[in-house]
Amino acid sequence: MKVAVCIKQVPDVEARLRVAKDGRWIDEEDLSFVTNESDRYALEEGLKIAEATGGEVVVVSLGPDRVRDALKKALAVGAARAMFLKDPAFSGGDAIATARALAAAIRRESFDLVLTGSQSDDVGYGSTGSLLAGHLGWPHAWLVIGLEIEAGGKTAQVKREMESGMNEIFRLNLPAVIEIQAGINHPRYASLKGIMGANKKPIEEVTVAGLGLEAETVGLAGSRLEIVSVAFPESGTGAQILTGDAATAAQALVLKLRQEARVI
Amino acid sequence: MSNLNVWAVLQLRDGQVSRAALETIAAAQQLAAALGGKAEAVILGSGVGDGAIAAAGRDLAAVHVADHADLAGYTPGAFIGALAPALRAAQPAFVVFAHTYQTVDYAPRLAHEVGAGLLPQITGFTSGADGLLFSRPILGGKLQAKVKVRGEGTVIVSIQSGAFSSDSVVAGSVAAPILALADLSEIKPDREILGLEEVGGDQIDLTKSEIIVAVGRGIGGGDKLGPVEDLAKALGAEIGASRPVIDSGWLPRDRQIGSSGQTVAPKLYVALGISGAIQHLVGMKASTCVVAINKDPGAPIFAVANYGIVGDVHEILPALTAAVKAAKGA
Repeated sequence: MKVAVCIKQVPDVEARLRVAKDGRWIDEEDLSFVTNESDRYALEEGLKIAEATGGEVVVVSLGPDRVRDALKKALAVGAARAMFLKDPAFSGGDAIATARALAAAIRRESFDLVLTGSQSDDVGYGSTGSLLAGHLGWPHAWLVIGLEIEAGGKTAQVKREMESGMNEIFRLNLPAVIEIQAGINHPRYASLKGIMGANKKPIEEVTVAGLGLEAETVGLAGSRLEIVSVAFPESGTGAQILTGDAATAAQALVLKLRQEARVI
Repeated sequence: MSNLNVWAVLQLRDGQVSRAALETIAAAQQLAAALGGKAEAVILGSGVGDGAIAAAGRDLAAVHVADHADLAGYTPGAFIGALAPALRAAQPAFVVFAHTYQTVDYAPRLAHEVGAGLLPQITGFTSGADGLLFSRPILGGKLQAKVKVRGEGTVIVSIQSGAFSSDSVVAGSVAAPILALADLSEIKPDREILGLEEVGGDQIDLTKSEIIVAVGRGIGGGDKLGPVEDLAKALGAEIGASRPVIDSGWLPRDRQIGSSGQTVAPKLYVALGISGAIQHLVGMKASTCVVAINKDPGAPIFAVANYGIVGDVHEILPALTAAVKAAKGA
């Protein structure tokens, strides 16, 4: 099967974050970026399916220059080639504008399956894959924790997470857009050979005009949402912070738990 | 032309108006008040008459009902097919959903189907000179973004659980009219449902634990849990974990606390190296006393904790275990 996997490069959520000077986003200078967590699981799932069925994975992403690193990492673990939607006009898009651009790129080829992560770790709309399915006119499933391709690639059995510790199992027709939840598999690491080989694999750069799209339909111009400011939540309402070296803080904490909270 | 009314799509639980449904009505009423319109409700299902009557007691311009055999169970094709023609005809300013694993599965697709905007997971809004500004968590809850809506036409919004109080729902002076949705011809189930599976059903039940020591990604690896077990033993606690720990295979899935794991409410919850993403917080925020230990002073867990220590969890753990043992021995 020919599988497209959409990935997003996001700030490392473990990094120390600062608000940018204009207050509209975080300061990206000196920030480390990683491939979005659930997208790494989507890529692994795509590679497994391509290996089992004798197909290939094409990795697709959208964003500024730095995204090339995320694509190279995907090529290093086994994707055959990459599509890089690289155009300033794509930037600042909400899920609707981004899905429109991804759909135009994916429609140029005939894929049997599209995989995405379920949610990005930065804006976290959790919607781009479902919207992409809407554009393609394909079925979709979100928060997928189990995937089995059936009937020679005509259908798939899907396990989807629900609240309160239940999974729902169902069958849908392929092609489809399947949005993968973290934990579905164990993403592989790149081998040295894979990293060397990635340099020879093609990364196709795609522009708004190249996709036959109008600039006002993508990026911020094509979005219904605009982030006007970001801020850390108000502090001061939260925890009493106990200070000092480890022993001092630990003893102060135990005293509080016994005498103030009375829970131990 | 979109109007100023706001629709609330209600998810019934066992045919009844659930707390999530009441929160959805509350959000729709507040949005409608800000716009100068009225809230209306929509109920999808099979045999939902009692739920509709219960909903109609609230201050709503109408309760729309799609009662259809294919809506007894959820598939996106059926639910979208029930709502899309009605939304195209009515063009409400906003359509409000509870942000649940079911609604996130189909609300984006519905937005695409009717050409609406999409604003997921809001925690509140303000109404000012520049119009409405919505808050939503970003970057794992570390920051809040303020978002404005651009352009014209319906916007589909989902609300974070607990963000709008179910107690704030305004009761109606007269029962709202209950109206059947006119066009159900687009209902098309698109999944063959094979069954449900309980995840780790008969294993560790953390919901009964009085004390829980929970570990997050910050613990650094499955081989670093020894000192955590020592603290748990000293406290007489069970060990729980946030999702990344489970996904990395450091602890089994029946230890997971959060929206896709167990929801716990112990008297003491000790969070070690847990940043406090919203998906984790919903599973433990009812705990009586929360202790957070994390190297990042900006971690959202500190906002819900009673006590905190900022520092290296591996340095603090042995000191804390020793202090607990000393206190208990005294």
